[in-house]
Amino acid sequence: MTKVSMTVNGKAVSGEVEGRTLLVQFLRENLGLTGTHVGCDTSQCGACVVHVDGKAVKSCTTFALDVAGASVKTIEGMANADGSLSVIQQSFQDHHGLQCGFCTPGMVMSAAALLADNPRPTEAEVRHGLEGNICRCTGYHNIVKAVMAASGQTVAAE
Amino acid sequence: MHNFEFVKPASVAEAVKALSAGGAQALSGGQTLMPTMKQRLAAPDVLVSLTGIAEMQGVSGRAGASVTIGAATTHATVAREAAAFYPALAALAGGIGDPAVRNRGTIGGSLANNDPAACYPSAVLASGATIVTNAREIAADDYFQGLFSTALDEGEIITKVVFPIPQKAAYVKFNQPASRFALTGVFVAKFADGVRVAVTGASNDGVFRWTEAEAALSADFRPEAVAGLTADAGAMIGDLHGTPEYRAALVRVLTGRAVAAA
Repeated sequence: MTKVSMTVNGKAVSGEVEGRTLLVQFLRENLGLTGTHVGCDTSQCGACVVHVDGKAVKSCTTFALDVAGASVKTIEGMANADGSLSVIQQSFQDHHGLQCGFCTPGMVMSAAALLADNPRPTEAEVRHGLEGNICRCTGYHNIVKAVMAASGQTVAAE
Repeated sequence: MHNFEFVKPASVAEAVKALSAGGAQALSGGQTLMPTMKQRLAAPDVLVSLTGIAEMQGVSGRAGASVTIGAATTHATVAREAAAFYPALAALAGGIGDPAVRNRGTIGGSLANNDPAACYPSAVLASGATIVTNAREIAADDYFQGLFSTALDEGEIITKVVFPIPQKAAYVKFNQPASRFALTGVFVAKFADGVRVAVTGASNDGVFRWTEAEAALSADFRPEAVAGLTADAGAMIGDLHGTPEYRAALVRVLTGRAVAAA
């Protein structure tokens, strides 16, 4: 076992890990941050997306030791300081951007990275930007709506 | 996944030393190697991460001449930073996988793996790029040696790739709808001394140059110049996604589209 340290949601954290410990395992099992989900475990589905130094990555396909010292943000770090939902999270609720909710943490993290790069995307850009996130409920239309609305653009009413 | 010792050197020299140990394997972005290890198709004793080596990072270039990309540079960074020098290469990088994969996967990792359906090999071969390693420089024409096979020796590390910049170029791929790998992809590059056409995803031998199209396009750089050609289906991949004849047809059609887009 090796000690790994990083910053997660603004807090300095550390833990003992093996070489093979995935970032998502470190988050869920060492830190108890179970908001980040493991869907496919093969980097296809995007349920495990977190931000590493501001960039969206699949935490099931990143070794914890490879991001030692990095700043990681997970779904638990997305709400506002007062506990209220962030604009993107609120928009997912307002536009029914989730059904079972399993893909939602990854969708929100990918959407946040997308909007940080491109604050007013077209619908096509949102769909392209969420290409690595799969929703098995196939609720894509409302997810895209939620992201468009979160960018301050008008979307069709329900 | 079997466990291993993880090391993260800060220089190429340290990485070469670490890789000389028995059972050591280089790790770049891990977007292919990690799924392979999860399936226990690879089980290294030591994994040597190349992502902490500053001299293997970044994009630099001279407009109209060449662009040099550090081997551990991610696809996302190439998509952003190579655009000013070589737009077709940047567009290719921006179309690999999905955004999260592009934030981890690297050009050197893609080239060292040489997946028969990877995008980067076509750009390297069509551009006549030079693969620079810790030990030597390898011309693109000598580098690719069939499925998952390259000219790299055991423990040799790609440190950077130097692309000459063509007058015109474009990459067009037909996505495998689930994996986003190229079912077939064609990179066309027009230089002062001729046109090079490289095809990925189609052949049983991996990336290859379509020399008939190169001759036709060097004489007449228009999509119509390849419309009457037939790529040889004999060497093409046949699987549940498409027959060899289907891939041969894609090669012709995508070559024409790449010429039109260049």
